[in-house]
Amino acid sequence: MKFQVERDVLADAVAWTARALPARPAVPVLAGMHLAAAQQLTLSTFDYEVSAQASVPVITDEEGTVLVSGRLLAEIVRSLPARPVEMSTEGTRTTLKCGSAVFTLMTLPDDEYPTLPAMPPEAGAVGADILASAISQVAIAAGRDDTLPALTGIRMEIAGDTVTLVATDRYRLAVRELHWQPVKPDMSAAVLVPARVLVDAARSLTTAAEVTIALSAPGDDGTQREGIIGFEGGGRQTTTRLLGGEYPRYQTLLPSEFNAVAELTAAPFAEAVKRVALVAERNTPVRLAFSAGELMLEAGAGDEAQAVETVEASFDGEDLQIAFNPQYLLDGLSAIDSDTARVSFTTPTRPAVITGKRGEDGPPDYRYVLMPIRSAG
Amino acid sequence: MTDPMTDPMTGAARSGDQPADDTACHILHVDMDAFYASVEIRERPDLAGKPVIVGSPSGRSVVLSASYEARRFGVRSAMPASRARRLCPQAVFIPPRHAVYSAVSRQVMAVFRSVTPLVEPLALDEAFLDVSGAERRLGSPAWIGAAIRRQVEAEQGMTCSVGVAPSKFVAKIASVHCKPDGLLVVPRDGVLGFLHPLPTSALWGVGERTGEILARLGLRTVGDIAHAPVATLQHNLGAAVGSHLAALAWGRDPRAVTPHAPDKSIGAEETFATDISDPDVVRRELLRLSERTARSLREAGCVARTVTVKLRLANFTTMTRSRTLAEPSDLARKIYATACALYAGSGLDRQARLRLVGVRATGLVPASAAATQLAFGDRPAGWREAEQAMDRIAERFGNGKVRPAELWRNM
Repeated sequence: MKFQVERDVLADAVAWTARALPARPAVPVLAGMHLAAAQQLTLSTFDYEVSAQASVPVITDEEGTVLVSGRLLAEIVRSLPARPVEMSTEGTRTTLKCGSAVFTLMTLPDDEYPTLPAMPPEAGAVGADILASAISQVAIAAGRDDTLPALTGIRMEIAGDTVTLVATDRYRLAVRELHWQPVKPDMSAAVLVPARVLVDAARSLTTAAEVTIALSAPGDDGTQREGIIGFEGGGRQTTTRLLGGEYPRYQTLLPSEFNAVAELTAAPFAEAVKRVALVAERNTPVRLAFSAGELMLEAGAGDEAQAVETVEASFDGEDLQIAFNPQYLLDGLSAIDSDTARVSFTTPTRPAVITGKRGEDGPPDYRYVLMPIRSAG
Repeated sequence: MTDPMTDPMTGAARSGDQPADDTACHILHVDMDAFYASVEIRERPDLAGKPVIVGSPSGRSVVLSASYEARRFGVRSAMPASRARRLCPQAVFIPPRHAVYSAVSRQVMAVFRSVTPLVEPLALDEAFLDVSGAERRLGSPAWIGAAIRRQVEAEQGMTCSVGVAPSKFVAKIASVHCKPDGLLVVPRDGVLGFLHPLPTSALWGVGERTGEILARLGLRTVGDIAHAPVATLQHNLGAAVGSHLAALAWGRDPRAVTPHAPDKSIGAEETFATDISDPDVVRRELLRLSERTARSLREAGCVARTVTVKLRLANFTTMTRSRTLAEPSDLARKIYATACALYAGSGLDRQARLRLVGVRATGLVPASAAATQLAFGDRPAGWREAEQAMDRIAERFGNGKVRPAELWRNM
């Protein structure tokens, strides 16, 4: 194997592919990055769960494949001077030359490297930025507790040209709807994707304009029991295994009626929450008291430090007192992606819904539902 | 609970005698007389004048409180119930009702706090008071002590005894000496005359072991200790204990009355009638103790951060295991789940025979400051409401009328 490639092109591709390298490889070969030189250079990594593959244009002198330490290659390439790079393999040694620097790398046994899962059939396409921002909006509500594995995922529901992304950790629920271009206009599917992987995949594909989503739901394919999802854009593709398990029926958690609605300018509201929360000990709430025209925020109690602040709010409903985990509240306020936050309530022990200000055309595309904190007294 | 002792002739004066000089005697020790027993007798007048013992009558429990009629037969607090039964077979045994005692205790402590904010409760039934700030308003310390005794008797129909002295430990010994229903002032220049004839065991910190060591040195009274070289005491008892006892023997006790939260922890424990190795029985007992602990927490208006389980083996080896809760709680259900996890994680093998188990809640914070993050699918009315309903039923109809199904077996 022998090829020449631009330094920056190689550096980007190696850095992106290296993301899927396992920190603690189950078998030694998984620490490797697989390089295959043909008309293009294809770089691959895989940890049995997530695979990443990037293709870049190269001048190939001799076709072939090689497996080298992925971490070491990534460190080397990142430090190279801005000169063309030449890589060649002879026996068990791979040589990398760039300017006057020469590296010799040990090769790992190529034939022991597992085959990457095949990219499932294409299901549709969506703008890369839209996908990345939608996923980051819901991922904040995903669980981090591995004892409830289903909740560490983001549920993707596809119904024709609408994709609904849902995440919940039992304390809050984020729902985002977006439109995409499905291959089959009547497509219908629901899958559960690990949130951490999905966030990473979506963010790393924003260099492309559009992302293709490929899907094989569990049972779609007789040979694949668990189902995988793939994302592809700009010469990069990544796949991940889908999560199993029951997902809560989130529709029933969305309140349908409200007794009170507040509208606030999002930034000063969030700033006030942050300030007041400085005195809130772990697991203790910020208390919100809404009345006509204003919101009073309070935290701290008894002999401990206390804080109070008042912000302007338009409030429609009977005076209401409710308490929230300050971090959960801030997560929602920063996720709505709107200057105005609209908070709807039923009672102080029922979920509140935070949305951006409603547009003219019907319901908001993002909803953040938050369970309150109840004081024990 | 303290026992009455014969009053030695001292320079001190009992109430009713010549008024003693109470200048600079601004520490009061107030001790309810046979508190639990008095509470029970007050509610059941038919028991008045009879020997009454509070404590479960089963063989291996201990006497928590005994009326003075029972004490006449030699019954003492902390004595095994079986021995008390032998000493005084006609005694009426009453199972303890801690909830009632703490309610009465709160009312009594409220009387103390109306006199001075410097109240240091030692137990449900006794407290130190520093009245130096109240003298101009209410009168001399002896006068205040008498007023407290009158008010407690008027409000509760129960008597208490008050020791008045320049320091805490002398006030405490004084209240022991005037029990029951008395008041004793130990004036500043009468302290040594009062202390020195007392047996060494009267001093705070002299228990069985220290008493033995002192006896071996030939020291039988407080005066003996006072006149022994400090170096001898330190050599035999350790530097700290030695100098501490020497100071006490000369009436020196600089400790101030420090008010603090009366409850640092709430808990319950049970000695089995016979040693138990069946984990099901142990868990059932943990459930019962968790129920009791949770009810006391709710009564005190507290939630606990930490749950501790105490396991005592048949050979008296004792282990404790603690776990801090994700959120402070006063729910039996949560305390029980944690207690079971601690028991399961204690590493005891299945053959281990347990003599005693205990459940204790620590890290108490006022319930008003505690909070529960609600989760989706939580019922608006849950276990908290169920347990509060049990509290109300217990208030009206008595404890144990409603209890977990598990506890209806073999009861």
